[in-house]
Amino acid sequence: MSDHNYTPKSKFGKWFNDRLPLLSLANHLTDYPTPKNLNYWWTFGGILTFCLITQIVTGLTLAMHYIAHADMAFDSVEHIMRDVNYGWLIRYIHSNGASMFFLAVYIHIFRSLFYGSYKAPREIIWILGIIIYLLMMAAAFMGYVLPWGQMSFWGATVITNLFSAIPLVGEGIVTWLWGGYSVDNPTLTRFFTLHYLIPFLILGLVVLHIWALHVPGNNNPVGIDIKKPSKDTVPFHPYIVIKDTFALLMFMIIFAFFVFYSPNVLGHADNYIEANPMVTPAHIVPEWYLLPFYAILRSVPDKLLGVIAMLSAILILAALPWLDTSKIRSAVFRPLYRQFYWILVLDVLVLGYVGAMPAEGLYLLIARVATAYYFAHFLIILPLLGFKEKTLPLPFSISDPVLGGSANLSMAKSDKKEG
Amino acid sequence: MRAFKILLITFIFFTVPLQINSAEKVELLKTDWSFKGPLGKFDRSSLQRGYQVYTEVCAACHSMKYLSYRNLMEKGGPEFSEAQAKSIAASFEVTDGPNADGEMFSRPARLSDKFPMPYPNEKAAQAANGGAYPPDMSVLAKARKGGVDYLYSVLLGYTEPPAGITLDEGVYYNKFMYGNKIKMPKVLEDDLIEYGDGTLATEEQMAKDVVTFLMWSAEPHLEARHKMGFRAIIYLTILTILVYFSMKKIWSRVESEV
Repeated sequence: MSDHNYTPKSKFGKWFNDRLPLLSLANHLTDYPTPKNLNYWWTFGGILTFCLITQIVTGLTLAMHYIAHADMAFDSVEHIMRDVNYGWLIRYIHSNGASMFFLAVYIHIFRSLFYGSYKAPREIIWILGIIIYLLMMAAAFMGYVLPWGQMSFWGATVITNLFSAIPLVGEGIVTWLWGGYSVDNPTLTRFFTLHYLIPFLILGLVVLHIWALHVPGNNNPVGIDIKKPSKDTVPFHPYIVIKDTFALLMFMIIFAFFVFYSPNVLGHADNYIEANPMVTPAHIVPEWYLLPFYAILRSVPDKLLGVIAMLSAILILAALPWLDTSKIRSAVFRPLYRQFYWILVLDVLVLGYVGAMPAEGLYLLIARVATAYYFAHFLIILPLLGFKEKTLPLPFSISDPVLGGSANLSMAKSDKKEG
Repeated sequence: MRAFKILLITFIFFTVPLQINSAEKVELLKTDWSFKGPLGKFDRSSLQRGYQVYTEVCAACHSMKYLSYRNLMEKGGPEFSEAQAKSIAASFEVTDGPNADGEMFSRPARLSDKFPMPYPNEKAAQAANGGAYPPDMSVLAKARKGGVDYLYSVLLGYTEPPAGITLDEGVYYNKFMYGNKIKMPKVLEDDLIEYGDGTLATEEQMAKDVVTFLMWSAEPHLEARHKMGFRAIIYLTILTILVYFSMKKIWSRVESEV
C-alpha cells in the first residue's frame, strides 16, 4: 500500500505523523487504489455513510427537544413539528431518512449478492455488514416507538411479545424488557436510551467494515482479483469521490421529494393518534423495511417456530460465504445464478407485499410459498449451483476482457446509460 | 434491460392488487385542494372561513389542544391580523391561576393561550357523546387514512342506512366512515352559519373550508415546506448537473467510461 512510503512534506507534518499517523491515513484514503470499472451500484457505500451521519445529526437535534415520557412524548413531537425552528424539517429528514437508509442498505446488500462481494477474502466485511444491518433494524424499530403514537405502542407490544415464545423464561424476559407488565413509560425510556446508543455502535462497526474492506480492496463487477495499484485501478480521490458525490446528489433529490412533498407517505396514519392501551388498531403493521421478515414470522403457524424462522432468515445471510459454493464471484459469469438471483429479488418483494396484507387466505398461502423459497435459495439452490453451474470464461484483467470487450455485459452497463 | 424488466414486473405486481383492493372500497369524494402539489398554498380566505366553521360548529365537542391563538396570525396560516387574533382570543374565557390569594380565576384568553378544551376531561366528553370520544382535531388530517379527502367525504357522507341495517340510538350511518357507523350526527346543513365574507355557506363549501383549516392545523408549516422543497430540489438539480460534468472531465483521463 502506498502509505508505507509516505512522508509528509512539512517538518511539523513529519513530527506529528511519526507520533500519530493521521496524515498517513489521509494519504491512504485518497490514494486507495479502486477498480476503475466500479458501476453506480458501488456508490451506495458512500450514500449509506451519508445516511448514518444525517440520522445522527438530526437525531441529536431532535433529542434536544424530545421528552421521553409516556405522557409527554407525543406532545413533544408535536411541539417539535410546530414550535421548534425548522423542527418539522429536522423530524421529517429523520423519519424519512430511516426509510432512505434502508432503501440504500437493501440496494447495497443486493449489489453484494449479485457480484459475490461476500466471498473470500471478504467474509469479515460481509459479516460486519450483517451485524450493522441487524443493529439498524433494532434502532429503526425503537425509533418508531418514540413518537408514542398508536402504531408505536402496538408495534412495540407485538414485537416485544415475540420473546414470550421462548420456552420457560419467555414471559419473564418480556416483563424484564418492558420494565413492567405492559409496554409503558419504562419501556419508552429504555428504548430512547438504546435508540440513542445504537447509532454510535453502528458508526464503530462502519469503521471496522471499511477497515476490513481496505485490506483486500473492493470487489468489482467482473469479480476477478486485480493487481493494486495497476492500470486496472484509479486512486480513490478524485475519481471515486466525484462519482460518489454525483450518485449521492441524485439520491438526495429523491430524498428531498419525500421530505418536502410526501413526508408521511411511508409512515402510518395511526401514528398521529396518541398511544392508547385501551384501543387496538385494526391492522398492526411494521414499517415497510421490516415487512419481508414480518411476513416470514406470520407464515409459520407456531409462534416459537415463527420467531426462529424470522431470525434465521437474517442470520442465514451471515453463513452465505460458505453456503455459496461457487468459486466465481460475479453473476455476470454465472448464467444460472443470475436467474435465481432475480427470482430471489422478486421473492423478497413478494414477502414484503404480503407482509403488509392481512395474514389470511391467499396472502397466507403466498407468504408460505415465498418463505419456503427464500430458505431454499440459500440452503439448497446456492450450495448445489456451485457444483452444477457451467460458468462463462473469466477475463484476465479488467483492461483486457477475454472476449474482446464484451465481458461487462452486466445490469450495470444498461443502468450506466440511464444514470 | 434486465433491470428495466424487473422494474416493470415489480410495478405490475404492486399496482394490480392495489387496483383490485381499491375496487372493493368506496371511492372518496374529491375536491380541488389548493394546498396539493409542489407549489400548493392554502387559500387564505378558506382558512379563515374554516376557522369560523371550527369555532362555531366543531369546537362544541372537538378540542384542538395543540393550537394557540397566536397561530392564527402566523405566516402560512389563516393570517388574521394581530388585532383580529387578539380580539378572537379575547372572546374566549380561560382559567388561570392560582393568584396571590391561591384562587383560580377566569380571564379573557391571550394570544399565547391554547384553544380551550370543550370538556373538562375525556370521561366527561364520552359521557356527553354517547360513549364516543370526539377526537382532538389538531392532527386529525394526518391521523386518518385518506387524509383530507377522507375527512371531507365523512362530513358529506351521511345517508339513510341501506335496507337491512338497523342502527342503535345515537348511531348514524355514513357511507365513508370505516364500518359505516358513526356516533357523530350530521352537523353541516346549508346556511348553518353565516360567513363573514359573504360566501354562500353550502354544505360542500363549509366542509371544504373546515377541512382546509384542519390540514393547516395538522401541518402549520406546509407552505414553508413546499417553498423550501422547490428551492432545495432546483439547487440539488443544478449542483448534480455541474458535478456530472466535473465527473466526466475527471474520468476522461482514464480510458474507462463512466
